[in-house]
Amino acid sequence: MTNANSDTKSMTAPVSGKIPVTVLTGYLGAGKTTLLNRILSEPHGQKYAVIVNEFGEIGIDNELVVNADEEVFEMNNGCICCTVRGDLVRIIDGLMRRKGKFDAIIVETTGLADPAPVAQTFFMDENVGAKTKLDAVVTVADAKWLKDRLKDAPEAKNQIAFADVILINKTDLVTPGELAEVEARIRAINPYAKLHRTERSKIDVAEVLGRNAFDLDRILDIEPEFLTADAHDHDHHHDHGHDHGHDHHHHHDHGGLKHYHDEDMQSISLNTEKPLDPDKFFPWVQDLVATEGKDILRSKGILSFKNDDERFVFQGVHMILDGDHQRKWKDGEKRVSRIVFIGRHLPEDKIRKGFESCIA
Amino acid sequence: MAASADTLPSLADRARIVTEAEGPIVGVHFFRQVPVFVLGEEALLFAPAEKRTRVAIHAGGILASAGDGQRIVTGGDDGKLVATDRDGGHEVIATDDKKRWIDQLALGPDGAVAWSAGKLAHVRTGKGELREYEAPSTVAGLAFFPKGFRVAIAHYNGATLWFPNAAGAKPETLEWKGSHLGVTVSPDGKFLVTTMQEQTLHGWRIADAKHMRMSGYSARVRSLSWTHDGSALATSGSEQLILWPFDGKDGPMGRQPSLLAQSPARCSVVACHPKQPVAAAGFSDGSVLLVRLDDGALILAREADGEPVSALGWDASGQVLAMGTEEGSAAVLTL
Repeated sequence: MTNANSDTKSMTAPVSGKIPVTVLTGYLGAGKTTLLNRILSEPHGQKYAVIVNEFGEIGIDNELVVNADEEVFEMNNGCICCTVRGDLVRIIDGLMRRKGKFDAIIVETTGLADPAPVAQTFFMDENVGAKTKLDAVVTVADAKWLKDRLKDAPEAKNQIAFADVILINKTDLVTPGELAEVEARIRAINPYAKLHRTERSKIDVAEVLGRNAFDLDRILDIEPEFLTADAHDHDHHHDHGHDHGHDHHHHHDHGGLKHYHDEDMQSISLNTEKPLDPDKFFPWVQDLVATEGKDILRSKGILSFKNDDERFVFQGVHMILDGDHQRKWKDGEKRVSRIVFIGRHLPEDKIRKGFESCIA
Repeated sequence: MAASADTLPSLADRARIVTEAEGPIVGVHFFRQVPVFVLGEEALLFAPAEKRTRVAIHAGGILASAGDGQRIVTGGDDGKLVATDRDGGHEVIATDDKKRWIDQLALGPDGAVAWSAGKLAHVRTGKGELREYEAPSTVAGLAFFPKGFRVAIAHYNGATLWFPNAAGAKPETLEWKGSHLGVTVSPDGKFLVTTMQEQTLHGWRIADAKHMRMSGYSARVRSLSWTHDGSALATSGSEQLILWPFDGKDGPMGRQPSLLAQSPARCSVVACHPKQPVAAAGFSDGSVLLVRLDDGALILAREADGEPVSALGWDASGQVLAMGTEEGSAAVLTL
């Protein structure tokens, strides 16, 4: 779909032998390192190479620990949001000298890190993409303090928006009401991530590792929320004649479920049962990510094109899109095109109209 | 492998197989005509005729290596810099105090060695004096100038030219936006070329810092080698051997590179012959071609077997070519 796509196509192909990489994010003190040590100490028989930031204070008990310096730089491709982690390019190169000595890689970022450059490294560097595959972005959130951080720390919001899996940690330190509140705040930003409530980062390792969240073939399988997203989100608002644009602080309560709008980070979900015209859709989505890519953190879609018996799936990180035909539509399967964007101050009307103009 | 491989003259069956199972080969150097393969982990593999000896020198991965005929110096993820002699005797010549990876190194004149861990570049002179320079970002490449005891350091947004013996002098920096991942200086000392994160090389004429962009690759360039007379730079990174002319005062400015050894696979390693206008080019499908640079004539030195070629090296006389792959095959061809 983009230039980057042709270089990274192999990344999402179901090629065995690629080392899965899990990115562990979370604001300072949320419990990332506790989760990391928990993963490492479980009797799972797996060996991990762990990449931690240079300033981590707490010891990591693992044979293969690499200190990273989190050097982020822009690619010279005219795309200002195409940032990659240069240190990861080098470290993964170096780790591959010891392939066979570990089964997976875990990258722990600093509390202030933006997950995008880490994720983009797997799309932008051919060697990294050939040897490893991004498995999922896992974010640990502090049940008590996340609410405040969402107000004062854009990094914390990025980490929530970007996540495939979110642990709402330290649930023992909040009341059920506070917990419901923080969940609603998270859902307002990212309705698609898998949420888990944890104490002291205690969770089944299978819930955070081996998620295949960036595997095109798994876009639906791992996200039951995806299919029902509209029911939670836009249809819901339409049903109630509720308009997005104007009342950001507004929230309302339905059957105990709080609904919030985040002031600057939202998700937009669009769908249509009418087939799309690929000759209209691709130029539109490429132009969209070229112009709004800075503000679009993640995007995903399942598309039905006219005269095409196969589903097309895509996903994106900022301006980088990766897509492919996935499989034939099944008999009786409803051919619905769905597309989701998570980002900052997204021009919803423009995006909605643009999407509708792609209908064949 | 080259499209016309069936009809190419081949020396492949004359190669001596050294090993097929020691793990990835990441480099190869020579003591006279004895090839020494650098393994991805722990050890060097000495491969004189009829036998092989594994010498363990690092407690972990080997990230960088260089040889000058007298010694092989290696940097490891154990934070150690090790020098090994022709008998396999080895000593640790530096240890990073925080056990950071030593992942860049270069050998200089009179026994000098440069290495780096993170942003810190170090030089140990032949007399054993230590020098240190903190680069603006992580050091991603090191190269000695042919003359004048000067070191080129590649990093983000350019390369720094450092005189380790000029205490207090501010090093000169050649700027170009982006991540520079490797560096080489032309044998006449007039040009500096970096490999970049993007699929391009960047070059400077040192006298006036004039820029040269050498682009058109299909992949990141990971291997560079100057021809025996320094008149051209052979590079990997495309489905050919790419040869940039450096014989005039303007280097490759305004000129096209030669495209030799067209192949369906991507060139992964290059090593120019030390005496003749010939280069060995290794490809990602396992084939190795000897390329005559004057007319592009080819001889097959290793058959394609799907194992990406990861190391190539000539002995100083140019009679022995050593070849290694990512999957651990190592072979030696005596011409």
